[in-house]
Amino acid sequence: MKPAPFIRHVPKTLDEAVKILAQVAPQDGRVLAGGQSLVPIMAFRLAKPAHLVDINEIDGLDRIASDGTTLSIGACVRHGAFHKSVVGNPLGALLTFVARHIAHYPIRMRGTFCGSLAHADPSSEWCLTAATLDATIVARSTRGERPIPAREFFAGIMSTALAEDELLAEVRLPLLSPDTKFGFNEFSRRAGDFAMSAALVTYRLQGGKIAEARVGVGGAEPFPRRIAQAEAALNGQPPGDKAFRAAAEAAANAVEAMEDHQTSAEYRRDLVRAVVRRALEHSNR
Amino acid sequence: MSAREQHTKGSGLKWVGRAIRRLEDPALVTGQGRFTADLPAAHWVRFLRSPSAAGKIESVKAPQGATMITATDLKGVKPILPMLHKFSYRPVPQQILADGEVRFVGEAVAAVVAASEEEAEDIADAVELVIGDATPVVDARAAVASGAPQIHAEAPGNVILEGRIKTDGFDGVWAGAHKIVKVDARSRRQNATPMEARAAHAAYDAATGRVTLTCTTQMPHLMRTAIADVLGMPESDLRVIAPDVGGGFGQKMSLCAEYVVLVWLARKLKSSVAWTEDRRENLIASFHSRDQTIALEGAFDKDARLLALKADVLSNIGAYSCFPTTSGVEPLMAMAEMPGPYDFRQYECRARGAITNTCTMAAYRGVSRPVITFALERLMDKAARAFGLEPVDIRRKNLIGTFPYVSAAGLKFDEASYKQTLEMAVEHAALPAFRKRQAEARKQGRYLGIGFATFSERTGYGSPAFTARGMAITPGWETVHVSVDPSGFIEARIGSSPHGQGLRTTLAQIIADELGVEPHKIKVIHGDTDTAPYGWGTFASRSLVISGGATLIAARKVRAKLIKIASTMLEAAADDIVLEDGQAKVAGTDRTVSIAKMAREAYTQTHRFKGEIEPGLSESGTYDPPGTFSNACHVAIVEVDVETGRTRIEKFLVAEDAGRIINPMIADGQVHGGIAQGIGNALLEEIVYDDSGNPLTATLAEYMPPTAREVPEIELHHIETPSTESITKAKGLGEGGCIGAPAAIVNAINDALSPFDIVIDEMPATPQRVRAALRKAGAA
Ligand SMILES: Cc1cc2nc3c(=O)[nH]c(=O)nc-3n(C[C@H](O)[C@H](O)[C@H](O)COP(=O)(O)OP(=O)(O)OC[C@H]3O[C@@H](n4cnc5c(N)ncnc54)[C@H](O)[C@@H]3O)c2cc1C
Repeated sequence: MKPAPFIRHVPKTLDEAVKILAQVAPQDGRVLAGGQSLVPIMAFRLAKPAHLVDINEIDGLDRIASDGTTLSIGACVRHGAFHKSVVGNPLGALLTFVARHIAHYPIRMRGTFCGSLAHADPSSEWCLTAATLDATIVARSTRGERPIPAREFFAGIMSTALAEDELLAEVRLPLLSPDTKFGFNEFSRRAGDFAMSAALVTYRLQGGKIAEARVGVGGAEPFPRRIAQAEAALNGQPPGDKAFRAAAEAAANAVEAMEDHQTSAEYRRDLVRAVVRRALEHSNR
Repeated sequence: MSAREQHTKGSGLKWVGRAIRRLEDPALVTGQGRFTADLPAAHWVRFLRSPSAAGKIESVKAPQGATMITATDLKGVKPILPMLHKFSYRPVPQQILADGEVRFVGEAVAAVVAASEEEAEDIADAVELVIGDATPVVDARAAVASGAPQIHAEAPGNVILEGRIKTDGFDGVWAGAHKIVKVDARSRRQNATPMEARAAHAAYDAATGRVTLTCTTQMPHLMRTAIADVLGMPESDLRVIAPDVGGGFGQKMSLCAEYVVLVWLARKLKSSVAWTEDRRENLIASFHSRDQTIALEGAFDKDARLLALKADVLSNIGAYSCFPTTSGVEPLMAMAEMPGPYDFRQYECRARGAITNTCTMAAYRGVSRPVITFALERLMDKAARAFGLEPVDIRRKNLIGTFPYVSAAGLKFDEASYKQTLEMAVEHAALPAFRKRQAEARKQGRYLGIGFATFSERTGYGSPAFTARGMAITPGWETVHVSVDPSGFIEARIGSSPHGQGLRTTLAQIIADELGVEPHKIKVIHGDTDTAPYGWGTFASRSLVISGGATLIAARKVRAKLIKIASTMLEAAADDIVLEDGQAKVAGTDRTVSIAKMAREAYTQTHRFKGEIEPGLSESGTYDPPGTFSNACHVAIVEVDVETGRTRIEKFLVAEDAGRIINPMIADGQVHGGIAQGIGNALLEEIVYDDSGNPLTATLAEYMPPTAREVPEIELHHIETPSTESITKAKGLGEGGCIGAPAAIVNAINDALSPFDIVIDEMPATPQRVRAALRKAGAA
């Protein structure tokens, strides 16, 4: 379980990083961020990159900034940065709640938000967050900067719209209106395991009725996405068991659930139903 | 005051019975532990492992300039060929490196040698290995079905062993029974998953021509014997050291072909060579366990008393047989111990071991008993339901109560407390209150359940028990040398090989009481064939009973000698001498002499004791007991989430009796660890193969031992019934945790789901399986 030989490059600036990446990408060069996904994959020799562009020593990539409408998260911001709220907005509390479900403490202190998006595990909590909140993902290369809407970013299991010479420089999440409610729930076999299904919901209440509902589901399909049918089942309804169950049912029916040797599609849909309803219950606290 | 404290008080012992801190821990918790992989080596090995479950090896080609050995290089090295003189056992040879044919994914085909682990892996990656197509057999039932491909020519029908027993008069009792209750129990396959996977380091000494093999093992002496046999070398040319060992659980009591390769290479290269197994190798190619189905039927009379038991046991033993126990260990233990702690006279059993194209099965903490206890305790719960009884009531009716008791399978049980531990558990679990809470919760759509498991744990058995098994290698006894050096320091050299059990502490407690010294002044030396007496190592809940007994015998001899010396030096009658506080004292006077002074005399003034004692202060004790049964009642309270199928353990409670407890903290730790592994068996851990024999659970992301978050607080209660079969009065307790926990947990799940009228008789009871059962029953 030792990786195949590789050359590690340690750029000090973003410009330098994308320059090196442009050179080495055609020879299976890859970005190394927190290493919490890439290093295990290399140890198993499932990946044998010849070059690693280590971005950990680039100044300023660990920046989290808010301009009043969006929250920008730099490429080296670790999961652990969200253990405490990073912004005085419901988004801050949402990120803190979600972050606690990612892996285990030591992994959260190394793994990065942007690395999770680039890695695009179907179960990733940050991918679910980005999809549900319609984040903007900012790709950088020697060709310049390219903002990609989350909806267009995820392409399949561990596959994204990033070109091989593009570095994910930052992700931008829209701040939520102050009256936004959110709820999150996930199911995994053990604490800290990748979720077998996860749901993130947000909405506002207008005259006691749900408005602007967002229901995101992760872990069930090759990549997380918003489920329009579940959102439709919520909008205009008063929050409560009836609407929540209807939305959960709609989500369970809408997903094209993945199967594996232990998990049937049927079971995965059971989980989607459960996590959506529980996320909605969580929102209604 | 607890029962235990009273007992310890009454024992008149100062150190035995006290929860002193473990003497081995300061080094371990400050990073001073020494493990095999810490040793530097000139060469590193990477094993090239078969990617196919079955097939002929057509070619193995190493890249140019690489050092690689295959079976061809090992001509003259004997295969591993464990033997059992029992029933129809068929010896099947395992070549040290696959010779001509592979039989499971992960089997070592070649060893690549390089200057570093990384380089060795790079070279192994570049080896071209071609294996022909063949049809593997993965499932035990498929393996024993007619027409299945034959895995070993030596074992027709892929049956390594088939044993049958039946008591006289069985058929009549069976025919006259009031009710027959059935259970089809199945435990999926597990891996013991020690924190430290396997590792070995072999170093050649040019001055003596000897090889020192440092390896992570539970039985260094037997490794020396076995490796010397296979390589055809004198044992005196091989020294085996087990340094700190990061868990074994049985996985490290079998001979590994890899260790043989290391010793061969060290002699060939006249150098040092090392191998550290990675987790993937450990999960697919070390040893597996538990894969067993038991079709169990019980015949009851109209008062719910068990009259007769009929069992059909089928163990999937994998591709080879393990040395020394053989892979007959699971089916045979199932046959011998199936009757459990219940009182009935008629028993019929067929037990088979099926050879398959999967990793070889070996002992794992509890060996078979987690599965037989699961089957039997499921049967008891099902019978209780059939008779409309509380599960505890059917146990009250059927547990053994008079001793000694000879089971329907012929095992002799010494005095224990089956009924008392059950009552103790019922009381602490507050059963009536729980039933009320359960009923309330159901009204809110929450499903709570309680599960009981009562069981016996055979421990500390010596050579008589192993003789009955018919093993060609018959382990059992232990020898301990206790000596006081001329400066008065005490050491015990033992043949057991503790690797986490805390034996350095508990044996020191035993010696401390005999010699009147403090335990931390006593060194226990083990795990080195050059410095420790021949012994069988640590497994089967044996070490405290057997090595502890041998320690007591040796310490008593040293004590007798010290008293003689003291009576000469103090000019007092032997009967008036007491040993305490590191001194001999004449009772009722202030005349004393220190152990240090006596020890110095024993070595340097031997003329003073001429004709009375032998020079020196070193004595040896050997102990070979028949075995003693511990017992316990485990209780699990669970909540099953019917929407997702997940089980959460709300509370786990144990009432346990392991005879005299030498160190309560260590005893509790053993039970806790076992329960954690039992939780894995019950809910989480499963080695999965696809139909082609490819392991699908090759990392710890797929193979799921419980983490601290999945293990609840455990409440322990003890009764101490002093053993009459063990001179320290202690019984073993290393395996009970994982024997009882799975049955208690799955019984609790079934209790929780009783409104749906579904049955879960398979472990692990994963969320997927629970949901599937609920769905099948049309419930939710
Ligand atoms: C035991 C364990 C449990 C885990 N559980 C979870 C879990 O429950 N939920 C979860 O979401 N994750 C989990 N993870 C994964 C963890 O969160 C990773 O940190 C995350 O997936 C990747 O982030 P990273 O910074 O470590 O990326 P790396 O491992 O460094 O890289 C991952 C991939 O993304 C690419 N990459 C990384 N950063 C960039 C960038 N800025 N631009 C372009 N490409 C980039 C790399 O080239 C590589 O291909 C777990 C990991 C482990 C080891």
